[in-house]
Amino acid sequence: MARLRGRGYASVNYPTGMNLGGDPSQALIHATTTGTFVVSLSSVDLGQGLKTVVAQCAAETLGLPMENILVDTADTDTGPHCMGTFASRGTHRVGNAVIMAAAEAREVMLAVAAEELEVDAGDLETDGTGYIQVKGAQERRIHITDLALAAHFTHGRTISGRGMFLKEKNDPVPETGEMDPDSCQAHACTVAVVEVDDETGVVEVLEMHNAYEIGRALNPAMVAQQVEGGAWMGMSHALFEATEPYYPARDHGPRDFTEYLMPGAADIPAYHNAILERPAGNGPFGAKGIGEMTANAPIPAIANAIFDACGVRLDTMPFTPERVLRGLDELRGYHD
Amino acid sequence: MASQVVNLRVNERSREFLAAPGTPLLSSLRDALGLMAAKRGCAQGSCGTCTVLLDGRPVMSCLVAVETVDGASVRTLEGVARGGDLDEVQSAFLEGFATQCGFCTAGMIMTAEALLDRNPDPTRAEVVEAISGNVCRCTGYGPIVDAILDAAARRRKEDAAARRKEDIAARWGTADIAATPGTADAAARRRS
Ligand code: FES
Ligand code: FES
Repeated sequence: MARLRGRGYASVNYPTGMNLGGDPSQALIHATTTGTFVVSLSSVDLGQGLKTVVAQCAAETLGLPMENILVDTADTDTGPHCMGTFASRGTHRVGNAVIMAAAEAREVMLAVAAEELEVDAGDLETDGTGYIQVKGAQERRIHITDLALAAHFTHGRTISGRGMFLKEKNDPVPETGEMDPDSCQAHACTVAVVEVDDETGVVEVLEMHNAYEIGRALNPAMVAQQVEGGAWMGMSHALFEATEPYYPARDHGPRDFTEYLMPGAADIPAYHNAILERPAGNGPFGAKGIGEMTANAPIPAIANAIFDACGVRLDTMPFTPERVLRGLDELRGYHD
Repeated sequence: MASQVVNLRVNERSREFLAAPGTPLLSSLRDALGLMAAKRGCAQGSCGTCTVLLDGRPVMSCLVAVETVDGASVRTLEGVARGGDLDEVQSAFLEGFATQCGFCTAGMIMTAEALLDRNPDPTRAEVVEAISGNVCRCTGYGPIVDAILDAAARRRKEDAAARRKEDIAARWGTADIAATPGTADAAARRRS
């Protein structure tokens, strides 16, 4: 009886967005009287960090600090249209829409500043801390708070912008089958190292090495979160999670967290993660989607590692001790 | 059975409310007192999102019938920040990116508070054991364990600083070293 060690590898190409009847997201931005730019969206942040990333996109495009951005999400009754949070599309679709809206708002912002400073809008720049200033004559400047007040009370202007990003529906070319169903694809690879106990059938994941090519990491710390959280989910799908891992009857299925198995804090392997950046031409600042794919490659990598460790080839998830033992029995020539 | 008046000391404030027998502490906190940090993830003691401190000990508040703890003192996440400033555990979670959707966060932080109160220098294994009753669906746990270890280090540093201050106060009669006789003179002499 032994603990058998194995290493497995798997890689994934993952599309950003989808190709149903077209894939639009829209954004509206307007400045309040005190120069806070409200980004209105009906997109939803489920915890993946969309709010932070679109605030970064807006701040970068407007040339203002993050503190000046307020992201208002998730009212699908009143917000600009968004297809939703799925298909790893949020950062790409919503990010692009927000950049477009922010660019339009920036133009208005500079136009009003030009009137206030009595210069040409083309001679103005933002300093990133909240000032709009004359290029080469930085003492001639106006703070965004004063500018927004002036826009409202002196000029009767709204500093606002509209963003509409649409990935049009794409049909295959009948002759060649060629098509462009997604805007870009991210790529990843996982190497998993496992140990299989050939007596109990228990699989333990010891190491997971994940490499991701995701265009540009708009927020590297949040990318790391997604990679690690996704690796955990992949491991969980591979080894534990199923609504019916037990049989012969459905009644044996899990009903709650005490019966629905997931790896806990004690079951996590050592992670080694690497991010490669090759900006996508059509992504917001080059970003692609990274959400869903993070749970993909770990699963076949673990299956391959189990095969490498003990010769059992499993193709049904989760890879429970029972399935591993049945596989080992078959290899040993035992039959029920 | 009729509802009864229950008294709790919640986050250092005395609170009084009506509760039907068997009402979970969690429901009283959320529904009667409007304290929404503790979450109802499962309502049966298996996810830890409802963790609060009851007389200093971490409990799953969905399992505690509130009338059985009449008079007790309760601490929720709302009572953790000090005068608007995040405490060490909160800061470590924030800066360590230990939260994604945030649903587990209140329970994780309260569990960590209880751990660090009784063990200021936990090992990684002790942290893992402490949060073994808390489910997180997003982070993969690694960043949470790291944040709690970081919080412990921050708190030990703060404690050491506070002890130093007390030491100085005991010796000089004031914690403000610049105001202590001699030191200010010496500083002034150095300047001149
Ligand atoms: S809600 Fe109390 S443990 Fe889940
Ligand atoms: S951050 Fe989502 S459950 Fe822990």
